[in-house]
Formats: sequence, structure tokens, C-alpha cells
Amino acid sequence: MPAHLPSPGMSRRDLLKRTGGLAALAAFAAACGGNTGRPSDSGGGNKVNLSQWYHQYGETGTKEAALKYAKAYTDANVSVQWTPGDYGSKLSSGLLSNKGPDVFESQLNIGMVKSNQVVALDDIIADVKDDFQPGDLATNTVDGKVYGIRMIVDPQVIYYRKSLLDKAGIKPPETMDDLIAAAKELTTNKVKGIFVGNDGGLALGGPAVWSSGGSYLTDDHKPGFTGERAAQAFSKLHELYASKSVLLGSPTDWTDPGAINQNLCAMQWIGMWAVPGMQKVLGDDLGVIPFPKLDAQGKPAVYSGGWTQFVSAKSPNVDAAKKFVKWLWIDKQDFQEDWSLNYGFHIPPRKSLAAKAAKLQNGVAADTVKLNADYGHTDNPAWTPKMGTAFGDMLTNIIRKGADPAGEISKAEKTVNAELSRLFG
Amino acid sequence: MSTRTAPAPVPRESARRGARRTKGIAGNTLWFWLFVGPFVVGLLIFSYLPIIWSLILSFFEAYNTVTPSKFVGFGNYVDMLTDHNFLSSLGTFTLFAIFIVPLTFVLSLALALLVNQVKIARAFFRSVFFLPTACSYVVASLIWRLSIFNGVRFGLMNTILGWFGIDGIAWLSTVDPPWYWIPIVTVRLWLQLGFYMILFIAGLQRISPSLYEAAYVDGAKPGWQTFRYITLPQLRATSVAVLILNLIAAYQAFDEFYNLIGNVNFARPPLVYLYGISLGSIQDLGHGSAGALILAVIIMLVTLLQNKIFGFGKAGD
Repeated sequence: MPAHLPSPGMSRRDLLKRTGGLAALAAFAAACGGNTGRPSDSGGGNKVNLSQWYHQYGETGTKEAALKYAKAYTDANVSVQWTPGDYGSKLSSGLLSNKGPDVFESQLNIGMVKSNQVVALDDIIADVKDDFQPGDLATNTVDGKVYGIRMIVDPQVIYYRKSLLDKAGIKPPETMDDLIAAAKELTTNKVKGIFVGNDGGLALGGPAVWSSGGSYLTDDHKPGFTGERAAQAFSKLHELYASKSVLLGSPTDWTDPGAINQNLCAMQWIGMWAVPGMQKVLGDDLGVIPFPKLDAQGKPAVYSGGWTQFVSAKSPNVDAAKKFVKWLWIDKQDFQEDWSLNYGFHIPPRKSLAAKAAKLQNGVAADTVKLNADYGHTDNPAWTPKMGTAFGDMLTNIIRKGADPAGEISKAEKTVNAELSRLFG
Repeated sequence: MSTRTAPAPVPRESARRGARRTKGIAGNTLWFWLFVGPFVVGLLIFSYLPIIWSLILSFFEAYNTVTPSKFVGFGNYVDMLTDHNFLSSLGTFTLFAIFIVPLTFVLSLALALLVNQVKIARAFFRSVFFLPTACSYVVASLIWRLSIFNGVRFGLMNTILGWFGIDGIAWLSTVDPPWYWIPIVTVRLWLQLGFYMILFIAGLQRISPSLYEAAYVDGAKPGWQTFRYITLPQLRATSVAVLILNLIAAYQAFDEFYNLIGNVNFARPPLVYLYGISLGSIQDLGHGSAGALILAVIIMLVTLLQNKIFGFGKAGD
């Protein structure tokens, strides 16, 4: 058939049918494509497109700030995906596919390195490595390589209402027994002594271990939470839970200052990010203590949490992503300062920035910074989510169900050992 | 001698009709695939392909990846079948099913009987009870958690308890006694009763009034007697369907558990546990896939067993 002749078999109706079918398929395929968080190709000229993922910060203005930083970057089109809810799961799924982020915030664990989900960032941090705290470097280092740039440091401690403690005639607790006694003393029919989360205090597991002299893992990669003193510390957590002085079922969880601000509790375990929000409501009626030591041989503990910026190894533009991370979290000190101090309070990871952070120089913020310096513990990257789940299950059984700590420790130890042998042989 | 060989008219007409029929079938087939095709493609891509991939992954180690890494044979299956958390999640399901299946059955049947007897505004009552079905499990769970069953003094349930001088309860946090079952069960009841009520109403409307009339003539009294000997037997097929659907839905419980109490080991149904392993932060897709397939097999077996026991689909239904 000559090429210039129309197909005799293609009537107008056939054409409509086929184009209609194609359109339906195209619409279906487009619907399946989903939103990857990357900007579309149009309008960006020859610039690379980068997708940056954040979890949802609770402090007002943070999303706008993240968008502002992305917009200010001129070497690539950076889109921001702001994820409410279960960010960890969404990120994990995203990292499995090639539709995930190019740049994302998270916490490092060795599994991410072993499965090539993140790239080493030694080249971009090399010039300023000494300006980071050793703990913040250690938490992002596996086999001598640095995989993430710390964005913010979030100490988690116990904030308390000074007036309520004064009224009850008690001093800020220094040991776990003091804490239990104080919580009981401060409990009335309207106000509970302490709020440590609606799960009864799973966030206190790490601090309890540290306060007893233990750790999640030892330096030679063995379970560090298995001693008798750790068991004793876990028992104290159960004692606190069972004292009926712990607030449970709060509409907001421990990461939000709602409970202490609404006078539902006298003390609350929470991070320094909430200080501006608490000060706005409570003014100067706010004091801070670390997680108390187990006993005279123990030591107070502060969980030095925070967020770190990573570059996905699956990014089609790894170099451009690294360049953006360097620009935002190493070069642009004004943005880092803004991110750390103008919404919630966080300690800037750079020593030079932390030293001149005026908002952290006095009051309860300054006290928290000092506690973090004195007693802070960062995450161990060898501690994987599977170990964390076993540890959490152990705590749930001990704290909420009153199970025997030794037996529960033994069960968690088994899982942790299996995981360690998978990872380290 | 005539040599005309023109084809007989009948066969020619028949051929024409055949051609038309063929063309008609081709046209119908084309439209069928046009409309159904995208969904078939979707089903293949999003259901069957993942199931096959999951089956493959279940025989491999696959941490933080959906690519099989190391062949482990039935290792993942053995691990899951000896994993006390997985077994305990099956226990949680059993407990949940024990609460939810009979309660849903009885209450939805009762509602259907009541609504079916209403003479005025029957459509209104049907709609009122059916409306919660349209509500998202997540939204309902959040309302239950934040407003009705929160543990503080201004939660709705605690306010009511306060009127009677009873101390507030941390509904979702108290393990001993396990108060969390009340919000979990009630939210599902609220969400699904309307749906099963509609199924029962449909079943009730299929029962011939002459059966009741004949029973009255024979001296049966309206109420329990006619319900026991006419309504219930006539609803057999609907009842079995409701029980099977209910049990499968109970196996698939996820949203209310996850949103009300989170991923906690004392009340973690199988899907929440498998979600935590596979798609949560653990990202162990080998074990997760093995667990998912074990669960699928259990659901199939239980459904078949239920069919066998209740005789669903037997002649006369």
C-alpha cells in the first residue's frame, strides 16, 4: 500500500475508538505515576531537578523556611516534599525505588550503608569536619566514612513547672527514685506528675540504660543493655509507670508541648525544640533536668537526637545533590542559624554557629545546651531498626505489662545478636 | 444443460449474518477490552505481579531492597513460623475476631430487623446507619483517639465517667485491664455495621411474606418463633456471606490498630506486624513476604473451612 494513502481499514469511528483507548491507557498510566516530589521538566531550563524530603516539623514556619532555602538555590530546581505522619516508612519505601528523594533527612543506620542507599559525603565535609562535634560525626560514620551532614541537634530532657515543684516543696529529681517520688508528689486529681509519652515511656529506654552505665551496643558490637543494672533501670521505668502518676492518653504525644502547656502534667519528657512553644505559654515557669541517674553509681543522661541530611545513592544526580547539601548545610550559615533558632530551638551542629547562637545563651535553653554537652549520647549507627523494634518490644513488656526484665532482656538480646552476626559476621 | 453455479441464496445470507456476527463480537470485544483493559492491566501490575514477586522474595534475603540478595530456601518461612511476635499477632487477630465477628453479626442483623420493620422514613434510617461506612478508618480512629477515648479528664468517655464520680481511664494506654479493646472494637462496629445491615436487609426483603402468613395460619406467633423458624433459616446464605466477609476483614485489620495504639506488641494484628517488618523502618522484605504468604494461605484455608462447615453455595441456598 502506498504510504501516502490513508488506511482503508481506519474509519472515523475506529480512529475514535483507538485514540479513546490510548487516552484511557495514558490517563491510567499517568495516575499510576504518582507524585515523586520532583519538579516537572518544564520551566527549569537546563538545571537538574532535585527532590528534597523532610518529615513534618511541628514548629510554625518550618515548611516555609525549607521552601525558602530550596528556592534560594540557583544551581538546581529543588522541590520540597513535606511529609506528615509516618515519615520513616514513607522514606524507607521511597529509598527502595528510583522515585524516592535525591536529598533527605533521617538518622543513619548501618543497613542503609550496606544496602547502598546513601553515598559518602567525606568530600563535602572535609574542610569543616573539625567544626562538628565528635558525637555528631560518629553517629553518621560507618567504616571511617561520613554519610550524612548533621542539620540540627535535639537534646531530649525533662522540662518541669518550677512553680508546681516549689508548691509541693520538692527539689528537681536527681535519681530515678527521686523522679518516681516527685511524680507521685506532684500528682493531683487534675494534674499528673509526669508525661513520658502515651506508650508509657518507650522513649526513656535509652536514657535509662545510659543512666545505669550501659549502652545500646558496646564498642566491639555486643549488646550493651544486658547487665543487671540495666534491668534495674528498666524496673524503675515500670515502677514509674505503675505509680499512677504518669499521664497517659494525652491528645498530643510527648514530642508536642501540649500536655505541659495545658497543665495536664507537671513534668514532661520532650526535646529542646519545644522550648519556644513552652515559654510562650508558661513564661519563666520552666526548669530542666537530664534523665536522672539510676543511683549514686549512675550518671544522668541526655539523648542527643537530631536530624541529618543524606544523599540517596539512587539519585540520578548524585553530584548535584551533594553540591546542594554542601551549599545548604555547610556553606549557608545564615540558613543553618535560621533553621536552628527561629522556629523551635535546636543546637546548631557546627561548633562555630552554636557558640554565637544568642537565643541559646540564657535561661532554660542555655541549661539544656549545657546538659547536652555534659551528658549527651548520640545514636550508634550500628543499632538497626530491627534491634530497635526488639528493644521497644522488650520495654513494652517490662514497662506496661510488668514482665520480668531479665527474661525480656534475654529475648531482645537474642534478636540483637542475630542482627549483629548478620551485619558483622 | 444448465451450467449456472451461482451460490444458493441461503448460504450467502447465512455467511452475511455470520460476518455481521463476527464483526459484532469483534466490536463488543474491543469495547470490553477498552473499558476493562486498564483495570486488568492495573490488576496485573499492582496485584498479581507483586504477589509473584513477593513469592520470589520470600525465598531470599532482601534487606532494604526489593531485589533478591541471597537464596535462603524456606528459611524465612521457618523463621516466621517460629517467630513469637508473628504467632502472637495471629493470637491478637483471633481475639479480635472473637469480639468483632459475633458482635457485628448480631448487631447488624438486629439493626436490619429494626430498620426493615420501620414504616416511616425507612430510607432515612437505612442511610443514617449506612453513612459511617463511607468514613475513612483513619479519620474515625483519630476521632476515637483524640476526642472520645483520650485519657484525659476532658475526653468524652472520661467526662461521662466523671458524672458518675468514676476516675478517668487511659483507654488506649492501659494494658491491665486491656481497655484498648473497647475503642478498637467500637470503632470497627461503628464503621461496618451499616454495610452488613444493608446485606441483611436485602436478605430479609427476599423472604416471601407468604411464608410468614402460612406460619401465622398454623399458629406461629410473631416474634421469636417466626424469627427462629423462618427468618433465620431463610437468611442462611446472607449469614454465611456476612460471617466470611467479616472474618476476612478481621484478618485484614490494620488502620484502627495502627492509628489507635500504634505498632505495639501486646495488640498487633498480623498486617501491622508485617507492615512493620517490610514497609516500616526495618525493611526486611524477605521475612515480610514469607509472613504475608503464610497469612494469605491461612485466610484461604479458614475461608474454605468456613465454607465447608456452613455449606455456603449448596443447593437450596
